[in-house]
Amino acid sequence: MIKTMLKAGVAAGALLALTAGAAVPQGKTIKIGFISTFSGPVAAIGNDMRNSFELGLDHLGRKLGGLPVEVIYEDDGFKPEVGLQKTQKLIESDKVDFVVGYIWSNVLLASIKPLVDSKTFTVITNAGASQVAGELCSPYVFSTSWNNDQTPQAVGLYMNQKGVKTAFLIGPNYAAGKDMLAGVASTFKGQILGQELTRWPDQLDFSAELSKARAAKPDAIFAFYPGGPGIQFITQYAQSGLKGQIPLYTAFTLDELSIPRLKELAVGIPGAQEWVNDLPNETNKKYVADYKAKYKSSPSFYGAQTYDAAALLDSVVAGVKGDLSNKDAMRKEAEKANFKSVRGNFKYGHNHMPIQNFYLQDVVKQGDDYVLKTVATIVENDVDKHADKCPMK
Amino acid sequence: MTAWLTPRNAVAVVLVALLALLPFYASVTGNYFLMSMFTRILILAMAAVSLNLIMGFGGMVSFGHAAYIGIGGYVVGILAKEGIGSGFVQWPLALAVSGLFALGVGALSLRTRGVYFIMITLAFAQMVYYVAIGLDRYGGDDGLTIHKRSTFDGVIDLSNRTLFYYLCFALLLAMVYLVWRIVNSRFGMVIQGARSNDRRMRAIGFATFRYKLTCFVIAGVMCGLAGALLANHTNFVSPAMMHWTRSGDLIVMAVLGGMGSAFGPVIGAIAFLLLEEGLSRVTEYTNIILGPLLLLVALYARGGIDGLLARVHRG
Amino acid sequence: MDGRSARFCRLVFAGHLWPILCLARIAVTLAGAMLYFIEQCLNGIQLGMLLFLLAAGLTLIFGIMDLVNLAHGSLYMIGAYFAATFAALTGSFIAGAVLALVATLLVGMAVEVIAIRRLYGRDHLDHVLGTFGLILFFNELVRLIWGPAGMTLPLPNQMLTAVQVLPGVYYPAYRIVIIATTLVVALLLYLLVMRTRIGMLIRAGASNREMVSALGINIKLLYTLVFGLGAALAGFAGLMQAPILTVQIGMGENILILAFVVIIIGGIGSIRGAFVASIIVGLIDTVGRAFIPDILRLFLSNNAASTLGPSLSSMMIYMLMAAILVFRPEGLFPAASK
Repeated sequence: MIKTMLKAGVAAGALLALTAGAAVPQGKTIKIGFISTFSGPVAAIGNDMRNSFELGLDHLGRKLGGLPVEVIYEDDGFKPEVGLQKTQKLIESDKVDFVVGYIWSNVLLASIKPLVDSKTFTVITNAGASQVAGELCSPYVFSTSWNNDQTPQAVGLYMNQKGVKTAFLIGPNYAAGKDMLAGVASTFKGQILGQELTRWPDQLDFSAELSKARAAKPDAIFAFYPGGPGIQFITQYAQSGLKGQIPLYTAFTLDELSIPRLKELAVGIPGAQEWVNDLPNETNKKYVADYKAKYKSSPSFYGAQTYDAAALLDSVVAGVKGDLSNKDAMRKEAEKANFKSVRGNFKYGHNHMPIQNFYLQDVVKQGDDYVLKTVATIVENDVDKHADKCPMK
Repeated sequence: MTAWLTPRNAVAVVLVALLALLPFYASVTGNYFLMSMFTRILILAMAAVSLNLIMGFGGMVSFGHAAYIGIGGYVVGILAKEGIGSGFVQWPLALAVSGLFALGVGALSLRTRGVYFIMITLAFAQMVYYVAIGLDRYGGDDGLTIHKRSTFDGVIDLSNRTLFYYLCFALLLAMVYLVWRIVNSRFGMVIQGARSNDRRMRAIGFATFRYKLTCFVIAGVMCGLAGALLANHTNFVSPAMMHWTRSGDLIVMAVLGGMGSAFGPVIGAIAFLLLEEGLSRVTEYTNIILGPLLLLVALYARGGIDGLLARVHRG
Repeated sequence: MDGRSARFCRLVFAGHLWPILCLARIAVTLAGAMLYFIEQCLNGIQLGMLLFLLAAGLTLIFGIMDLVNLAHGSLYMIGAYFAATFAALTGSFIAGAVLALVATLLVGMAVEVIAIRRLYGRDHLDHVLGTFGLILFFNELVRLIWGPAGMTLPLPNQMLTAVQVLPGVYYPAYRIVIIATTLVVALLLYLLVMRTRIGMLIRAGASNREMVSALGINIKLLYTLVFGLGAALAGFAGLMQAPILTVQIGMGENILILAFVVIIIGGIGSIRGAFVASIIVGLIDTVGRAFIPDILRLFLSNNAASTLGPSLSSMMIYMLMAAILVFRPEGLFPAASK
């Protein structure tokens, strides 16, 4: 009997907790829904984004355009359908003013319809699905990251510079993986000897693919593996003895989250990125120094993009003087990109994607630590190639 | 106290009444997400009710029931993508494909029993799962967004969320009633007889294989309908709908609610999904509570919540 | 197969020439790539070895205690976490591995005494539900203790190289170590079960439980030991795989389903069956992944083939299991009847 009552109690409590969310009065608080991955093997990325967003809000005095802020963090569990559910919850139940976040292209693609349908003002801080830059572009959706194929395009250009004649491409079989391989293929002038897509996210052993790459005898291998799987890929690449034989070029595979775990294995593997922790501008120096002081670790590009999102939102709310009902005025404010980015220069294209530089980065040993360093600028003011497909003016 | 007014029935009646009134509450408070969440619960409850028909009454533990959700959903999604938006085409086809798949799987699987049956149903579900991942045109692993709900011109407008909720509610009640009727029919008696002693049922002249196969197909069709509804509800289908853990969730819902009654899985689905949602708000470490709870249910509460309610009545 | 022969084949099809020509061309290419094929087979065998370590414990526990243990994958995960922790503490890979093995054995026996023991003799459905609960519990427990980020178990530097196993065939040194040690473990396990007193009891327990307890054997203790042995094997699989896959929460869940497939194909309770089935499943998965996309590229666009290929090879494993269950329900090597 007691057990029954307990169960009923828990269920009723859960129901109460659910309904209570709706009863909080709106007031003059700005509500932000934040979607990222806070559980499972890639939780480190979500935590870095949350840390950076919190730091951004701290730097703004916990206010956006002078109004107090409430952030609701939701975990997409690394799954498109869960991300969609959480997006709907934020829009319909929490009735947020802004939605921020999204690491994964496939989660974003699943969630984009309710965001666009409800005209929710959205800032994507990582996922760069090419459809969202092109035919699915929307007046109230902005990005502080990039389109998926821009970074690998920069890598492709760098491979040309290095005189690479033949390459083998490996990536995961999901929206971003396909975009990345297409991106590197579009700028790389040499011959592509083969391309492999692996099951995502459950395939973590790349022995068959690495054997295949070895057999193809290319000048170089290109790989894209974000988060935990990147650590596994680099480890297995080193274990297979390929590291001394066939050089590896990467996109989104080496970052401040994976390097501390890879250590020596990561040294000498180049990648491209639109932000590196040593970019010499004041905003960036303050961000990196304060992040290290507060969280005792180094921020990654995921965090940097999210830090920028807080600044962008601040400029929007300040620009419309807190009138969040005037969406078109907000859109015009956002298009100005009137904030100081950790990347230095920052402006928006007509499809609301940043027009920005891409840098060559390398892993070096500094004392006992391994860090990323900017080596060169590969492309300046790069515009993604899907912009033409976006009908927005 | 009349024989009707047992705690079991009282809980069922109260639950049904609450579910019926939920849209009013949602429209008063403006919390439409609650309604949207319960639409999902109702749809998954349908899947659990259909699983319970074969598992609870027929003793056929299917570890691949989520495949039918996926098949029903993908039929709707693929047709929508190809420009066929009419529900009069989409839904019957979804049911037909689910039924045919169940017929094939059942015909092969029902030769086995026990843990072998569990594993062979899992095998077929995994095949469908990987087929969906391999469909490059329909999004592969990323899934497929459905831009418009099924249209039933002149009959019902599914884009009206309250109507959609009531449609799911009505279909769920219809399914529970159907299962109840099946279980209490001669057909249902044979199925239950075969669960406890297949050999004896055959010895007294029942071709139990055919009975069980029919039952298996009925459950598949019911679950396929749930899949079509789920695709319409979320406007999105993906292979994750049929991941083996989702089949596991359905088993947990049915067992948690109680396999002994047609309505039990409804209670189980509501309790399971609310627990999941509610606990995730209380603590980040949901599963450290949910996990041992499941173990305790397996050890001490075999009849599930429904069984507990029945025990309360007996004293 | 190289791009040239693929283009050649498309040309042949486009020109409606005899497909025979195309097949001949494939055959020539395959012959040329024989060494590459051997390398891919080694990859498959290595996966098979990992599966065997998991499946051996699973099939013993299933065969003897009639218990469906979904939480077997959790022990694999715990073994990997212990190994990473102890290796970091002691500074030695070997010492870390040995300590982890002992620790996983103890955890396994503790889990048996506290929870698993109560599930014996119950319905399989109860096993599924209860051990599924254990998976959730262990995942959260690991997250509480070790944090969400996961760990790495670095290999000694001399392991970061490929060894020439045949002329022209290079293979990662560490993966050779995995294959070799697992073969040794398999041999030891065989000797333990076939040549020792405890092995005799295990075999007797598998075929007739009542008889063994009637003989005055402490069946409870025997069960605890068998479960501990299974846990140690799973932990061993986890710690051997840790340097390749890194250590993270939930790492045992997908591999567990494959291990179940293995014991069904091999026959529940049969270690020999588990060994053969492990290698079959490992080969299908890896060799399929290596060759199916190329074969599909002859007929489909590059993207469609890359998407369909890996899922098709995963599907083949389940097709094999379904076929076995339909035509030979007791598996390839049925254990002695109960």
